[in-house]
Amino acid sequence: MPVVELEGVTKAYDGGVVGLQRASVSIGRGEFVFLVGPTGCGKSTCIRLLLKELEPSEGEVRIAGKPLSKIPRKRVPMLRRNVGTVFQDYKLLPNRTVYDNVAYSLEVIGEGRDQIRRKVPDILRLVGLSTKLHAYPDQLSGGEQQRVSIARAFVNHPPLLLADEPTGNLDPETSIGIMQLIYRINRTGTTVVVATHDKEMVDKMRRRVVELREGRIVRDQESGLYRPDESTTEFAIRLRGELGIGAEGHPN
Amino acid sequence: MFFFKEALRGLRRSTAPALAAMLTVLITALVLGVFIPIVQATMGAASDVRDRVVVDIYVAEGASPAERESAQRAIERTANVRSVEFISKDEALARAREKNPRAFREGSELLGSNPLPASFRIVPDDPTKVGQVVDRLAPKGPEGAREPQLTAIDEVRYREEDTQQILSVTGLVTVVTGGLALLLVVASVALIANTIRLSIFARRREVEVMRLVGATNWFIRWPFMIEGVIVGFTGVALAVVLLTAAKESVLEPLSDRWAFLAAPDTIAYPLLVGLLVLAGVAVSAAGSGLTLRRFLKV
Ligand SMILES: Nc1ncnc2c1ncn2[C@@H]1O[C@H](COP(=O)(O)OP(=O)(O)OP(=O)(O)O)[C@@H](O)[C@H]1O
Ligand SMILES: [Mg+2]
Repeated sequence: MPVVELEGVTKAYDGGVVGLQRASVSIGRGEFVFLVGPTGCGKSTCIRLLLKELEPSEGEVRIAGKPLSKIPRKRVPMLRRNVGTVFQDYKLLPNRTVYDNVAYSLEVIGEGRDQIRRKVPDILRLVGLSTKLHAYPDQLSGGEQQRVSIARAFVNHPPLLLADEPTGNLDPETSIGIMQLIYRINRTGTTVVVATHDKEMVDKMRRRVVELREGRIVRDQESGLYRPDESTTEFAIRLRGELGIGAEGHPN
Repeated sequence: MFFFKEALRGLRRSTAPALAAMLTVLITALVLGVFIPIVQATMGAASDVRDRVVVDIYVAEGASPAERESAQRAIERTANVRSVEFISKDEALARAREKNPRAFREGSELLGSNPLPASFRIVPDDPTKVGQVVDRLAPKGPEGAREPQLTAIDEVRYREEDTQQILSVTGLVTVVTGGLALLLVVASVALIANTIRLSIFARRREVEVMRLVGATNWFIRWPFMIEGVIVGFTGVALAVVLLTAAKESVLEPLSDRWAFLAAPDTIAYPLLVGLLVLAGVAVSAAGSGLTLRRFLKV
């Protein structure tokens, strides 16, 4: 059964702006999917629909086979406990230490004290922050803050991780570290959806790419590139780089 | 425990409004703490007086014992009469003598015979109905003078003005203090509500993040709720401390001199404290609850 399914989903905002238009996509267990496209194409809309922060105007969104429209308001927190989220602006609790930020998502699900004391340092070690347990978010670099938010998203081991431009505020070097972390989470069997502008990252990772344009899905490709029309040139440049060949090459 | 820590965290960040709310609760509790015993004492005194609202019916000098007895039965049957007590001439004299021994030592000898009439003393079942009782026993005639219905009765008397005054004063005291208390309670609820509202606004983004990681409504609300109750409870606790200090240092030395201050039938102090604490916690819970319902919807 697919983990994420959109079936003919349309989202029209108040005022007639269309965020998503008759989008259908199915994402299986353990997949790693990039959601790409120009700004305003509906990537964030898609993520928010999956969190039931928004209701679709038409169509159906299903997570693990369960239509989100069937989840009553009261059960929405239960849905979110099973979906890890990472955002461009980290969304950390500013007055809490790194440790408390991560512990919070365990406290929310009623995890015992001992479990919290064991799990939090473990996950922080995994994301490489074991020395900053008691630092506050404003004492951390952007990359470090994003690591905290990833730790928080993953500490419950949710079956699905959604990331909306996780590297949007980070420099390329730091971005690689963050992507690596997300990839590692994917390797544990977690389904991962990453909305991003980061062309280089998409091209390097060579995972499934779903491209949106003005709310429509215009491409859904296994091991795709950020922009397929550039693929041959890109491919050539990359190959040349990897093989150490000069820049002349053959025209294609 | 977790919620309690969260609540303290919130209070540390919105100290000013929390202090304002706490002060309001403190003042409310102080006023209530002072007024409840005072009102009670007044009401106690008033109800004493109310119990003393009586109607005296003087028996005609020449009435036979049979006439007198039938008059008593007739009075007992009258509506709104709680009890009827017969006071004979001798008893009337004895009572009068007791009240004013000197006047009667000489007086009765002077008069040679007992000048006081026998009477019935009627206690109405409800002090406010005393007028009706009198009207039934001796309706006002065409010239405005009361005309007793029974032949054995000479005159019906009651202290009309006293009674009316007592009744209206007690009524006023109840209304005024009740109104004041209500006003203060409303102000306290409003200020606590405001504290919590500011606290929620200050942490809007935080609340959003909490929802994102799957916190339920109540998981988010509890700390705010506890925050309000802490504010209310601290206010009441301070008020109790002040009240106790005032009681020990001012009231107790004074009440040695003025017995009425020791007001025997006012509320017991521990009970009063208990009531105040209960009221404080209830008020603050109500204040927080109201705001949470309005501002923390998911
Ligand atoms: N709350 C909203 N109310 C009205 N319109 C909205 C709202 N949120 C988004 N939109 C509109 O919906 C469209 C899709 O927005 P969305 O945020 O999904 O784009 P995006 O792909 O995430 O863009 P970006 O890459 O810049 O983050 C845009 O035209 C946007 O203006
Ligand atoms: Mg976006």
